[in-house]
Amino acid sequence: MAETPALRLRLEDLTKRFGTHVAVDAVNLHLEPGEFFCLLGPSGCGKSTLLRMIAGFETPSSGHVRLGDQDLTALPPHRRPVNMMVQSYALFPHMSVARNIGYGLKGLGRGAASARVADLLRLVRLEGFADRRPETLSGGQRQRVALARALAREPKLLLLDEPLGALDRGLREETQAELRAVQRRLGTAFVVVTHDPEEAMMLADRIGVMEGGRLAQVGPAAELYRRPASRFVAGLLGDVNLIPGRLGSAEAGDSRAVETAHGPVRAAATDLPEGTSVVVAVRPENLIVGTEGLPVTIADAVFLGDRLRRTLRLPDGTLLRSSGRPGDERDLVGSETRAGFAAAAAVILPA
Amino acid sequence: MTWVTRAALVLGLGFLYAPILVLIAYSFNASTLVTVWGGFSTKWYGALLADAPLMAAAWVSLRVALLASLIATILGTLAALALERHGRFRGRALFTGLIFGPMVMPEVMIGLSLLLMFIGIGIDRGLATIVIAHATFCTGFVAVVVAARLRGLDRGLEEAAADLGAGPLRVFLTITLPLLAPAVLAGALLAFTLSLDDLVIASFVSGPGSTTLPMRLYGQVRLGVNPEINAASTLLIVLVSAFVLLASWLTVRRSRA
Repeated sequence: MAETPALRLRLEDLTKRFGTHVAVDAVNLHLEPGEFFCLLGPSGCGKSTLLRMIAGFETPSSGHVRLGDQDLTALPPHRRPVNMMVQSYALFPHMSVARNIGYGLKGLGRGAASARVADLLRLVRLEGFADRRPETLSGGQRQRVALARALAREPKLLLLDEPLGALDRGLREETQAELRAVQRRLGTAFVVVTHDPEEAMMLADRIGVMEGGRLAQVGPAAELYRRPASRFVAGLLGDVNLIPGRLGSAEAGDSRAVETAHGPVRAAATDLPEGTSVVVAVRPENLIVGTEGLPVTIADAVFLGDRLRRTLRLPDGTLLRSSGRPGDERDLVGSETRAGFAAAAAVILPA
Repeated sequence: MTWVTRAALVLGLGFLYAPILVLIAYSFNASTLVTVWGGFSTKWYGALLADAPLMAAAWVSLRVALLASLIATILGTLAALALERHGRFRGRALFTGLIFGPMVMPEVMIGLSLLLMFIGIGIDRGLATIVIAHATFCTGFVAVVVAARLRGLDRGLEEAAADLGAGPLRVFLTITLPLLAPAVLAGALLAFTLSLDDLVIASFVSGPGSTTLPMRLYGQVRLGVNPEINAASTLLIVLVSAFVLLASWLTVRRSRA
């Protein structure tokens, strides 16, 4: 495979309005060359519209799409050095697998084109399938044909809209690893759209969480998980306990006090002003049952082999989840104890 | 199937097709008298070939049907593309009405209005005017058939082709048209059949020397039915049925794919 020159995708204030509805709201994003980026969000958050603007199927209401020093904003889809793969795969039903993959290779000579098709068939492990019609293939095979077709023109950037959405669960995980391997091998920048947080974490170098047309937060999965910028991001990437409270006075150091209805707690420092209504976000694995912290009653304890999952009830009835290492399950359901967390393991978010 | 539904089916089909079957049966009648069975014979089919005016009329009908269906297919397909692939352009509702209008308008009105137009702009009536008239009322039928197929066509396919570097013309020629072909062909066959069938409109806009087969048959029937007419009608029925069956088969097969 030829080296794809490193080009950086830049979205500048990209906006799309449909009538009065703002589908994508002033999105700014820089993509590193060769990066595997994932747009994550619930349906209707504007992630597909954003992808379609990069591909050229939607005209932005304002803003720019740049690749390297080229402005793509006004180019029609067929002139963009960008290719896209969609959830339905959109394979041409009246063409063989080989003709599907070779459709974009019109500029090449016949010999070069068929050699390239053979290369791509090998890449996606479909060597014997050149003359088959798409309708005779399984879902996983169709997905691989679509991927090969989208890669045929050696795009500078590959866009994938829910690429694994039509596959069943077992096949999905296998295909995720495969997609990741293909991306590493080619070094092409990938932008994947998905609504599945686990898939995003499995695939991407960086994740951009979208909410209501805006990019809520961009960063590596671990950063979004540990330092979410909003309740939405915190909840999207996994189980989280949200304890409401009022922010204490500003102070020096890495932590700050929050006054909750059940007593004071400390969490990682924030710039929010004193007295703000906040929630303290704590992941279940960071909520430790012991002698310190908030008073709780153990409502339930489930042994799950590698971990012990406990449901804790605060005096006002709010339920918290704690996930700890088994071995200390002596405490009985119904007993009163305390649950605390390290200040560094908790995040203060606007309520 | 209970005997009630079976009887209903037989009665219904009989009501629809018994007259045609009688006509077909009598086309093989050896007797010169239409209503008296005189044994089996195919002599009237032979007589058809010897009937020069009838053969001339058939030749006119065939040419008209071919030309009119060709024009109607091109215009109808373009109309369907405009309706289905160009969003909400100004005057879309009016355009839709104009396309489908001739399908529901009484044929007498279409014939009369076309006749007035041809006289008004001074075109001599003949083969050309019949072709124009038939193309006019067939275009709507083609547009309906093609538009239905176009609506079912995944836009994602055309987008995928554009994404792979194909310009609008290449997308149309390599993706849209091949996938649309069965519907276009079905529309063409329908147009061909409608043109072959038409008596009313042709009567208005034909001129001397351009008598179509239905006009000729109707003219002869007024002078008295003979078995030769039955034979000619039988051939026409067989031809038209074949085309309609082929058209519907093309449409059904496509919607399953």
